[in-house]
Amino acid sequence: LKICVLVKEVPDAAVEKRMDSSTKRLDRSGEKNLNPFDTHAIEAAMQIKEGGAVEVDEIVAVTMGPESAVRALHKAVSLGADRSVHLTDPALENSDVVATGYALAQVLKAESPDLVLLGQQSDDGECYTIGAVVADNLGMPSLTQVIQIDVSDNALTCERQAEYGYDTVEIQMPAVISVGDAINEPRYPSLKAIMGAKKKQLDTKSTADADIDTGKVGGDGSKTQVLAINPPPEKAAGEIIEDEDTDETVEKIVAWLEERKLLA
Amino acid sequence: MSGILTYVLEYEGEANKNSLGAVSQAAKLASELGTEAHAVVVGESVSDDVCRNIGKYGASKVYRANAPDGLAQPVVDVMAQLIEQNGYDYALFGGGLLGFEIGAGVAARVGGGVTMEVTEVKVQDGKLVAVRPILQDSAIVDVAYEGGVGVIIGRLNAFEIEESGSGDAEVEDVDVQLSDFSTQAKVVKRGEQRGADVNIEDADILVGGGRGLGKAENFSLAEDLAESLGGAVAATRAVVDAGWYPYAAQIGQTGKTVAPKLYLAVGISGAIQHKVGMQSSENIVAINKDQNAPIFEFSDLGVVGDLHKILPKLTAAVKAKKGG
Repeated sequence: LKICVLVKEVPDAAVEKRMDSSTKRLDRSGEKNLNPFDTHAIEAAMQIKEGGAVEVDEIVAVTMGPESAVRALHKAVSLGADRSVHLTDPALENSDVVATGYALAQVLKAESPDLVLLGQQSDDGECYTIGAVVADNLGMPSLTQVIQIDVSDNALTCERQAEYGYDTVEIQMPAVISVGDAINEPRYPSLKAIMGAKKKQLDTKSTADADIDTGKVGGDGSKTQVLAINPPPEKAAGEIIEDEDTDETVEKIVAWLEERKLLA
Repeated sequence: MSGILTYVLEYEGEANKNSLGAVSQAAKLASELGTEAHAVVVGESVSDDVCRNIGKYGASKVYRANAPDGLAQPVVDVMAQLIEQNGYDYALFGGGLLGFEIGAGVAARVGGGVTMEVTEVKVQDGKLVAVRPILQDSAIVDVAYEGGVGVIIGRLNAFEIEESGSGDAEVEDVDVQLSDFSTQAKVVKRGEQRGADVNIEDADILVGGGRGLGKAENFSLAEDLAESLGGAVAATRAVVDAGWYPYAAQIGQTGKTVAPKLYLAVGISGAIQHKVGMQSSENIVAINKDQNAPIFEFSDLGVVGDLHKILPKLTAAVKAKKGG
């Protein structure tokens, strides 16, 4: 069994996120971290490998992004991926969700995995929708927000919460599965794994290498167009209490509630 | 024709409220554009009544497709087929889980563009523009569609249900050609209710508990506080998925939407998926030890501190105040 995990570099939570007003896309210059949701996808792959129900030959981390995105791949490898693939090309800049999903699917086609895993959503301006786009391009069944995966020979039994409660779905592989953060607690990489990550195989691919039609990617290939970026409506800032003396804090909360007649 | 196609999720004989919100929104936009709004219902035994009734919200025609329900890809097959045959310019979805999966799949299949978490749709120069908050709602973008079908996925509760004054919809059964891969997933159990059946929708006061409580047993802290306030306890998806609290108490994207007089969030970071289910509460109080937690951005009173220290004392103080 071969598993590909889609990962992504996102702005570090400590770095202020902002839009680039000239390109009207997210300014990615401050970014430096592996999307926290993706660590759950890598952990899910590792647990399938270590679970013993099926034999996993290889776990491959795949990303699309500028040169700096190799850091996300190194992190993915330190968490257990055997090797990684980096799709990078100026032609891909400003791709929207549909264009990005198409480009990633082209890379995945060459890898022909049995299972594609990804985090259900990313922390930045992108979205939970990429799995569905990738799956449609690959012609594979897919499911998002999965919190439990059981693997047998060539099928998966997945659980997820949907509109009316929990659903259990059986899916034939190959398949694309987006995992929710409740699926596992990602491990911390060992120092040895962090040090060794840069030595593992990392293939860099251009759009030509991945057989990507450049007319379908980038800002021009994207069918969405950002017209304007605006600040959110002004909202009166709420009152903030820093808890130093808890008795005092509690008194303040009670007074606040009483003032609004919530303790009647 | 040009026009707007919407998806209506049907479950146990009823149309989903967010879907009907999407139909109402599509009908309004269609009339501004001088076109029509149509809807699709997919399932193995959808009644005539359910389909006709969608007309009340402004869909002039409802397509009914006999295909497995509860999964996105069969619906993508149906909608892509209808879009190709009838030339719809836009597809609109209410918030929820399936709408995200179906909308993205449709955009990929028909070579369109997709926006999600949309809170408003405007008509500009005869075209639709989707308004969407991004980066934890710290900026709002206006997005237009160029050269392909525009797919709009609403944020939960963004589109209000409104009866349009029109009558029953015309119902048309459609034959579906399912993709091979759409038949490779099967729902073996649907709508399983995990945990006790609790009622949080009628409560005037809710104490919402999140991962910051630390473990399932600590929900007793939230329960004690709720009891002292005369309210009920709600929960985030993360703790429900973890089995700490019943699904029936869950707020947000795939749970309940509430608007109590007081929502007191303890150990909740305030992710968008939770926010959409409780942001209309009259008063929002948050207790969280992380001063950067997004919940402080939309709470009326924020308390930065350790809930394990604060909650027992707060419960005692509320009891004393109410008893006195």
